[in-house]
Amino acid sequence: MAYSEKVLDHYENPRNVGTFDKDDTSVGTGMVGAPACGDVMKLQLKVSDKGVIEDAKFKTYGCGSAIASSSLVTEWVKGKSIDEALEIKNSDIAEELALPPVKIHCSVLAEDAIKAAIEDYKGKQK
Amino acid sequence: MKKPIYMDNSATTPCDPRVAEKLCQHLTTEGVYGNPASRSHEYGWLADEAAEAGRAHVAALIGASPKEIVWTSGATESDNLALKGAAHFYKKKGNHLITVKTEHKAILDTCRQLEREGFEVTYLDPKEDGRLDLAVLEAAIKPETILVSVMHVNNEIGVIQNMSAIGKLTREKGILLHCDAAQSAGKIPVDVNEMNVDLLSLSAHKIYGPKGIGALYVRRKPRVRLEAQIHGGGHERGMRSGTLATHQIVGMGEAFRIAKEELASEAERIGKLRDKLLKGLQDIEEVYVNGDMEHRIPGNLNISFNYVEGESLIMALKDVAVSSGSACTSASLEPSYVLRALGRSDELAHSSIRFTIGRFTTEEEIDYTIELVKGKIGKLRELSPLWDMYKEGIDLSSVQWAAH
Amino acid sequence: MIYLDNNATTQMDPTVVEAMLPYLKEKFGNPSSRHRQGRAARAAIETAREQVASLVSAHPSQVIFTGSGTEASNLAIKGYAAGITPSSLFIGSTEHPSVTSTANKLARFDGWHNLELPVTENGLLSDEAMEKLNTAKPGDLVSVMLANNETGVIQPISDLYRQLGLKDKGIVIHTDAVQAAGKIALNFSALGVHLMTLSAHKIHGPKGMGALIRDKSIVIEPQINGGGHEEGLRSGTENVAAIVGFGAAAELAHDALVQTNEKLLGLRTKLENGLKMIPGIEIIAGKTERLANTSCFTMASVEGETMLMMLDKAGIAIASGSACSSHDSAPSKTLTAMGLDKNRARRALRVSLGKDNTENEIDTFLDTLKMKLASFDNVASNVAI
Repeated sequence: MAYSEKVLDHYENPRNVGTFDKDDTSVGTGMVGAPACGDVMKLQLKVSDKGVIEDAKFKTYGCGSAIASSSLVTEWVKGKSIDEALEIKNSDIAEELALPPVKIHCSVLAEDAIKAAIEDYKGKQK
Repeated sequence: MKKPIYMDNSATTPCDPRVAEKLCQHLTTEGVYGNPASRSHEYGWLADEAAEAGRAHVAALIGASPKEIVWTSGATESDNLALKGAAHFYKKKGNHLITVKTEHKAILDTCRQLEREGFEVTYLDPKEDGRLDLAVLEAAIKPETILVSVMHVNNEIGVIQNMSAIGKLTREKGILLHCDAAQSAGKIPVDVNEMNVDLLSLSAHKIYGPKGIGALYVRRKPRVRLEAQIHGGGHERGMRSGTLATHQIVGMGEAFRIAKEELASEAERIGKLRDKLLKGLQDIEEVYVNGDMEHRIPGNLNISFNYVEGESLIMALKDVAVSSGSACTSASLEPSYVLRALGRSDELAHSSIRFTIGRFTTEEEIDYTIELVKGKIGKLRELSPLWDMYKEGIDLSSVQWAAH
Repeated sequence: MIYLDNNATTQMDPTVVEAMLPYLKEKFGNPSSRHRQGRAARAAIETAREQVASLVSAHPSQVIFTGSGTEASNLAIKGYAAGITPSSLFIGSTEHPSVTSTANKLARFDGWHNLELPVTENGLLSDEAMEKLNTAKPGDLVSVMLANNETGVIQPISDLYRQLGLKDKGIVIHTDAVQAAGKIALNFSALGVHLMTLSAHKIHGPKGMGALIRDKSIVIEPQINGGGHEEGLRSGTENVAAIVGFGAAAELAHDALVQTNEKLLGLRTKLENGLKMIPGIEIIAGKTERLANTSCFTMASVEGETMLMMLDKAGIAIASGSACSSHDSAPSKTLTAMGLDKNRARRALRVSLGKDNTENEIDTFLDTLKMKLASFDNVASNVAI
């Protein structure tokens, strides 16, 4: 199966790889997937006082599409409010990266990662 | 050095130039293109003669008589013919078959089909090193058992089964033994009499012959009977109908002739390259060799790079053609069932890469591959949250994962 | 050597060989592999699938590659039979062994009921055959070849089946189009069949390669299990070079269909005009619509087998029956089904022309045949004295 140009680009030049301090109250961390299933995504969002996502970092264990999906998401969420970020749908990711049907689950995982990270952030604000 | 470097010789091999040349002689206008079944003219006779010479070469590599060789379209068809043909013919004798969980899909899927037809199949677990425990096999044998099918060499991990011990047991018990030798013929010695096998599947394209041709060895003494699976003009003594492709038979014959001649020297050369590759890759942290290293064909190295997912590694290694899992199942996202049968964790199974070195692999290519893999593993581990956790000393098995 | 046995097999066209060679050499990848070599092989297979589909105006997704025409017919018939409760099989009486022998297997072991469809002296399905077909029930299978390998007779199955409304009744139809493909224009869906067998080596492609064209509404079970190649219907690593060769041959045949047909018809007319001048020679089904390349005839006193040995010595390759059944010396089943008595059937010869035959070769053949027949007459008259 051939990968799309965009998947290859994100895979070869992943954006925003890295880690924030997960104990920082302005950081939300989402880790989804399982090693046994062949993919684990860790997405971290740094949120400003005004509720805007200022920065994002990721690390992903998984296939090229999983890496590309998470890399893309870090670009997309930056500058968005939390509510706006929650509107990103897996279908948008799949479409942008032209994922084949067998790789749709990677985009689902990326959407889940956003939700998990935001949930973690919200939990810290209580 | 030409890129991509080909290290997927268990998936398929290029035709040896000598094979290609010989085969081409039978493709072109100047050559012999008759139908070997045409008994009435020279075109047919010459084609028949060429086919028979090919049959003799194939027989010679495995210590059989040419009369015991039945041509097929490949090892998959050979496996189907052996298992279904014997099961259907001997069904009055019994309805039980035994095989191993690490067999090729051609065996496993055929067994599933036989189960649908009412046969009972036992699928044995191999040991952790990939080899079959003889006691486990013996315990599985029942009075109704008619056939045992064990592959000589596994396509993913290259582990060699002790066929002569298995053959001794099945012979004693009066049970037929089938062996899928697609990955062993031409790479290690195969002798049907020493192994006591009754049926043995062969493939051409795994040993520098053309695709689309294989053979099934069918023992004549004591005689093994099969019910045909493809019906028609009664070619191959009624066991397999369909016009023979002379050029492919000639190609397979030549590939087997060369294999017999060069087996020992080639095995030594390839074994050294493989050992060099292994030594180079073992410098990397957290790598695990899958399957026994002692009883293994020289060209195979199956290795798991922990915390790196296999498919992304294949992408990273785009200048080296390798595979994760077997090529035939690579459309699916499941981790290799062979590695799982060995008791490997899903994580390690997902992180496995198969390097298979062949006749045309060079030392320069091995050196290049080692350096490339080292670099890419480093890069991918930098991307891997699991690697971070490992480095922080977190036991991954203690983590509650949200499986999806 | 003059080769007049093109219904047995054909010489591969040089452009077909040319197309195949890279896939026997440097482009050797396993199409199931995901690396570049694998993907290149996969792409080549899909191109060939389109070419083969075009030859019979089918959709590429309807093409299942097999290891031969024989295997394709086995897959069609046994594959269909495997999925349903045994019912009736209607088989033409002049079918190729790949169909008859498969049908016999189903009758002997699997509880199917076989009915043979008789033909007239012209090789066409008889009134009795039509009456039998009229009794077919939903789920039954009909298999009649499109063009006969021995006589070249073209069966107007499309009209016949439509007349009988077979498809509407839920009857499943297979046809062996191995001899017809590439020689007459074919449109799979217009033909009104569900399953159709093709072979590469009859159209200047490689041996060891065939295809089953299928209507996807018909469920067929695989006959070779394994890695799930060809949509799970035919496992085994694809024979990439042969598939590419089949594609190239199909395209060639498709593009040149009209011209080739015209040429073959010209050659055969010349041949049969010559044959008619020879006393005692009778052309089989001469007035029936036949493939332009095939001429089957009987001689007055010489057995076909004897004559073909003599012609072979003289450098002419020809057949007496179909090559596939030439192990036994029984008279041709096709000819006896057409009502020829056994002795006359034994005196049959088949000329099957190919696109590369020439007028000169026809002249040589006719002269040689006349000479050999004359030598027999002499022997016969000597004996009489």
